[in-house]
Amino acid sequence: MAEPLLEVRDLKVSFRTEDGIVRAVDGISFTVDEGEVVGIVGESGSGKSVTMMSVMRLITDPNVIYQGEILYKGRNLMQVSRDAMREVRGEEIAMIFQDPMTSLNPVYTVGWQIEEQLNEHYDLKKGQARRRASELLAQVGIPRPEQRIDDYPHQFSGGMRQRVMIALALSCNPDLLIADEPTTALDVTIQAQILELIKDLRRDFGSAVVLITHDLGVVADIADRILVMYAGRIVEEGNKEQIFYDPQHPYTWGLLGSIARLDRPKARRLTAIAGQPPSLINRPKGCSFRPRCPQAFDRCRAEDPQLTVKVGDGHLDACHLSVEDKRARRDATISPELADTA
Amino acid sequence: MATFIVRRVLWLVVVLFAVSVLVFLIFFATPGVDPARQMAGRNPTAETIKNIKHEFGLDRPLPVQYGLMMKHIFVSRDLISYGSHTKVIPEILSAAPVTLSLVFGAAVIWIVFSILTGLAAAVFRGTVIDPLLMILALIGISIPVFWLGEVVNLVTQSRLHGFFLFSWVPPLGYTPFTQDPLLWFEGLVFPWLTLSVLYIGFYARVLRANLIETENEDYVRTARAKGISERRVLLRHTLRTSMITFVSLFGLDFGVLVGGGALLTEVVFGLPGVGLLTYHSLTSLDLPVIMTTVIYGAFFITLASALVDLVYAWLDPRVRPA
Repeated sequence: MAEPLLEVRDLKVSFRTEDGIVRAVDGISFTVDEGEVVGIVGESGSGKSVTMMSVMRLITDPNVIYQGEILYKGRNLMQVSRDAMREVRGEEIAMIFQDPMTSLNPVYTVGWQIEEQLNEHYDLKKGQARRRASELLAQVGIPRPEQRIDDYPHQFSGGMRQRVMIALALSCNPDLLIADEPTTALDVTIQAQILELIKDLRRDFGSAVVLITHDLGVVADIADRILVMYAGRIVEEGNKEQIFYDPQHPYTWGLLGSIARLDRPKARRLTAIAGQPPSLINRPKGCSFRPRCPQAFDRCRAEDPQLTVKVGDGHLDACHLSVEDKRARRDATISPELADTA
Repeated sequence: MATFIVRRVLWLVVVLFAVSVLVFLIFFATPGVDPARQMAGRNPTAETIKNIKHEFGLDRPLPVQYGLMMKHIFVSRDLISYGSHTKVIPEILSAAPVTLSLVFGAAVIWIVFSILTGLAAAVFRGTVIDPLLMILALIGISIPVFWLGEVVNLVTQSRLHGFFLFSWVPPLGYTPFTQDPLLWFEGLVFPWLTLSVLYIGFYARVLRANLIETENEDYVRTARAKGISERRVLLRHTLRTSMITFVSLFGLDFGVLVGGGALLTEVVFGLPGVGLLTYHSLTSLDLPVIMTTVIYGAFFITLASALVDLVYAWLDPRVRPA
């Protein structure tokens, strides 16, 4: 098999705080192949953003401690110089952020902001950068790009601003695009448009995409592979069919059960996952999800479950339950109304 | 743009009118104030006072007096001081260049040094340099300008005047630029530095706080994600947006100083500026001079705030009229 585009090996990211060391990411490993769309799903504080910010080395907090390796095209990004990292950022790996209202600098025109990145990475003549910026704006579906290029971010709507952000991210044709909750701050109708746009552009630009979200519904359509994160660890990994039709980890069940679905017979209350994520300062022994897990038993308290292949074919999970038990129990969480009638 | 200017000019007129009426009323409402008695010299007869009152129009109704004074300031420009019996307008016009020279020079120094200090403190946050600079800034803010000025004078004019570093410092006073540019410059170096110390400290602290706040903005992270250099992130993104507060502060402080707020510095260094003029007129309750300097000051403050709004719109496109 060819070398993956991005390989994260046992990444640990911690922050020194007054209360102790907060381990935001606790030893995660995964790969992203060229052109692949990987969804990272998890609730707030599960470490998904920190993981991808680490890949970009964008965490400016002086109290951060990194361990592990981040191999991009075989090069360990943790060890390259700051200048070499700058060349990777924007040109090789680009990032779209959650809130398009604040992610663009309010005092420069959108064209200026796109041109700034182009000029940083390429030797362009005066008119070239502007022409390219205008083309990009057209590609992301902004009407009248020749005029809008001289507008400031506040003159765009939220969805349009996110399109500008996407144009900015794609301006240097990156091999990897990291989208950190790109639709969370947008209206539902706009969300679908933006996801559609990312999908189309992935095809046109051939970039691999890592899509970070807390909403499994968002990745359902576009991700090839899905990582489910909980408390700084990956608890389940598999392709789309595996995660949606054969979920192994009770946390994934909980996430699936909390999606509103219109294809089900009768409306019901959405099941919420009870409780809060654990403190990342003093992680309890055993499974991190145990305190919130209705399926927990003695072994969960004593032993830390490892992320391993249990059902085969690239489908990994970190749960002590046997595959049979999981299959028997999960419907009660994911779709209780079906379980009742069965 | 045209509407902006028209609106601003109208606003200026309103402010000047309000300020002048207020000063006028305060003056006449102040107990024990009788300019005629003051002008009449020692032990005046009732007749003398009455004559003086008549001569200066002080026996007319207040609105008429106000109107006359405005006419003398703006139309015939021949308002006479109660104290020195000289024309007020030329006096102000000769004091204004002194104040302007002082404040402009100090402003250049304080802008440059406060930006450098603020930037350095923000960049070296987490090292010993940041708290060191901030303590220096705090000291700068805390030192009273009249004390600092006297110490500077003591050093440069007497104790160490023989020392080669200070031997070039001319005696206190002001030399017009048109008369001798070099002497003008030499005489103002220490007043400039003295006046700017407070503002350097203050502006550096404000700028540092703004820089640190802006550093956490999402668009700064976006700028980093674009792969541009730290230096460019700092100057083109973080500093640029942090300057918005800086500029609005500057406009007001500058206006106040030009309008006569540099009084203490002017007194200590013997600079016959507007502040000094205001000070003397206040001690002798010389209404024509008070009135003219106040109007002059209000004019500059209003003008400065209009200029700030212009620069503000240039710095921040969000406030530009569509």
